[in-house]
Amino acid sequence: MRFHLSAEQIAIQDAVRGTLADCWPMDRLHAFADGADDFDPASWEALMALGLGGILLPDSDMGLLDAALVNEVAGAAAAPGPLIGQLLAVAAVARSGNAAARAHLDALVAGTTVAALALGDSPYVQCARAAQVFLVGSRESGLALVEAGAGVVIEPVQPTDRSRPVSRVTFEGAVRHELAAASDPLTAQICDAALVLVAADSLGGALHCTDISVAYAKEREQFGQPIGRFQGLKHQLAHMALDVEPARALVWYAAYAHDAALDDAPRAAAMAKAHLCDVYVRSTRAAIAAHGGIGYTWEYGLNYWLRRAAFNRAWLGSPAQHRARAADLAGW
Amino acid sequence: MDLSYGAEAEAFRAEVRRFLADNWQPAERRGAELKEFIRAFRRAGVERGYLYRSVPRRYGGSEQPVDVIRAQVIREEFGRARAPLEVGGNGVNMTVPTLLEKGTEEQRELFIRKTIEGDYIWGQGYSEPGSGSDLASVRTKAELSPDGTRWIINGQKIWTSQGMQSTHMFMLVRTEPDAAKHDGITYLLIDLDQPGITRRPIRQMTGEQGAHTFCEFFFDNAETPVSWQVGGRGQGWYVSRTTLKHERASIGSADGLGNQFRKLVDLARETGRIGDPLVRDSLARIEGFVLAHRYTSFRLFSCAAAGEDAGPVQLMMKLYLTEIGHEMALLAQELIGEYAFIEPAGAGGRGPRGVRGPEKWLDQIMGSLGNSIAGGASNIQRNIIGERGLGLPRDLALALEAGAEK
Repeated sequence: MRFHLSAEQIAIQDAVRGTLADCWPMDRLHAFADGADDFDPASWEALMALGLGGILLPDSDMGLLDAALVNEVAGAAAAPGPLIGQLLAVAAVARSGNAAARAHLDALVAGTTVAALALGDSPYVQCARAAQVFLVGSRESGLALVEAGAGVVIEPVQPTDRSRPVSRVTFEGAVRHELAAASDPLTAQICDAALVLVAADSLGGALHCTDISVAYAKEREQFGQPIGRFQGLKHQLAHMALDVEPARALVWYAAYAHDAALDDAPRAAAMAKAHLCDVYVRSTRAAIAAHGGIGYTWEYGLNYWLRRAAFNRAWLGSPAQHRARAADLAGW
Repeated sequence: MDLSYGAEAEAFRAEVRRFLADNWQPAERRGAELKEFIRAFRRAGVERGYLYRSVPRRYGGSEQPVDVIRAQVIREEFGRARAPLEVGGNGVNMTVPTLLEKGTEEQRELFIRKTIEGDYIWGQGYSEPGSGSDLASVRTKAELSPDGTRWIINGQKIWTSQGMQSTHMFMLVRTEPDAAKHDGITYLLIDLDQPGITRRPIRQMTGEQGAHTFCEFFFDNAETPVSWQVGGRGQGWYVSRTTLKHERASIGSADGLGNQFRKLVDLARETGRIGDPLVRDSLARIEGFVLAHRYTSFRLFSCAAAGEDAGPVQLMMKLYLTEIGHEMALLAQELIGEYAFIEPAGAGGRGPRGVRGPEKWLDQIMGSLGNSIAGGASNIQRNIIGERGLGLPRDLALALEAGAEK
């Protein structure tokens, strides 16, 4: 029986956290947010140099839980880059029999070929301008890898989430490698895994919002006292922690259930996505309220997490949609 | 991660099952005969090392090394066989650990065996009408008899569970009226069967009353020997703190919530609302919290088994449970509709209830409020999470009080 993190898993999180802290201090995040790019090659290279690209390879000794732990840290940092798309593209391509798609595998694992996630019906795709390939498809249509270039039309938009800017993308007559039919279990597995990773990103973001709100409450003084001494705020902060900390285990369980191929893995993924995306939105709002005026400034940067929370919530289906799925899956 | 318990635990499970198959056959026994059978069964359980594992053999326990996995397997298998575990209650959960840690040899000899065999039932004498969250403000006083051999107790205690059944009480009394608040309290054990003690059941808002509800106790020159004082004179507050630490990691603690949630889904079916998209959404939203609670209990259990500290999350479980109970009550209230007009049979009481309809949820709707009050009120839990969990500075009033005592 083991249901807490190993020393190795904590070490991986620390390594990713350290790299992202170096890459994305607030001034760099501001510059990226105000810039025109949807991708930052230097930070991507640093991240990929940690060997993250191969986490979801079939012969890896890691799995979705480890991928979730890495995405949790990326979410905490509001890190730019299509990390979820990259890991899932590797997972899908490596498990497919399509030789043309598999020709991309080594470069995908190394991160030198960048993959963007374009699952579902939405035309909005993160980091589309930087991507060389797109993981496209749905539970109903199966999965494919589409190559950037002719037949892929990318129209930049002003993105709400400044850390992972989206473009409007259409695919018509592009080079396309089928990875899995709708009936292939791989399709549902990848769609479910995507939900768990978005939940993990949301967990990290919500934890970060809670942590910095607590730190600020210890530092900021009013009426001659650190504001965290006042019960009104103390109780708000306690509720932020109460909302996010137990929810961590929901992400762990969904990832573990996926890795162990438990029967309830698809439902656990839906529950984790729905719950954590709600938590993330609540946490960002509570964090800004807890900070007062400084939280409402652009400069302080909390808005990047609020914007990312708004994106995660709607991405790949809203909480209400996944709760409806969970209700169906439970046979209610 | 791995939610299986491992081969060693499964071998142990097989052993426990064999023991239960051989020893737990209550058959048609009833009344005194059943009681005697259970007593003998528990003795056999102790003999095998399954019950009272932290209690030394010389006091009637089985004196086993700490092993949360084995303890969990025992709970699961006894539960599956519907076999009685330890007698439970305040005596086993609080008095025995406190005596093991702070009691005298005489006290251990006198009380532990009788408590774990169920002969002594202990009431908790902490709260008073004027001392709730501010427990250290207790005013029930004890003074030494002229010969210095007995404490003479006057005052009132309240909210004592199992009060009508209790044979004994552990209590906090003020013995040093001039000392600082936390340093003027002494921890006493007392026999409740004496003329100076009157007990009265409290009728609860649920309607519950009679033999099984909380009690208030009135002490009018009640007496207890000085040798029944636990810890030093004036040290009672600190003795009581050790008591509260004796809580055990258990996956089972989350099962109750899961069962209640399944019943809520059944209620939605029973009332014809399960197809309503709003109800389905509410159920799934609440289930997110129920599952988070369950999986976090796995996490706490896993940390306890590995001897690792789970961190602040362990301080959150009580408030989390309380809040989920509120959410379930609110949805249940919606689902029962006009059944809410009918007070359920045997409401709050433990008498025969017969077949009850959706109105039975009124028990949960009202009862869930108890969680936000008993065992540390919700606002106290929020302080604990904020201060001990998140490291926020102490509330000014409490910090000033602590400063004044130093």
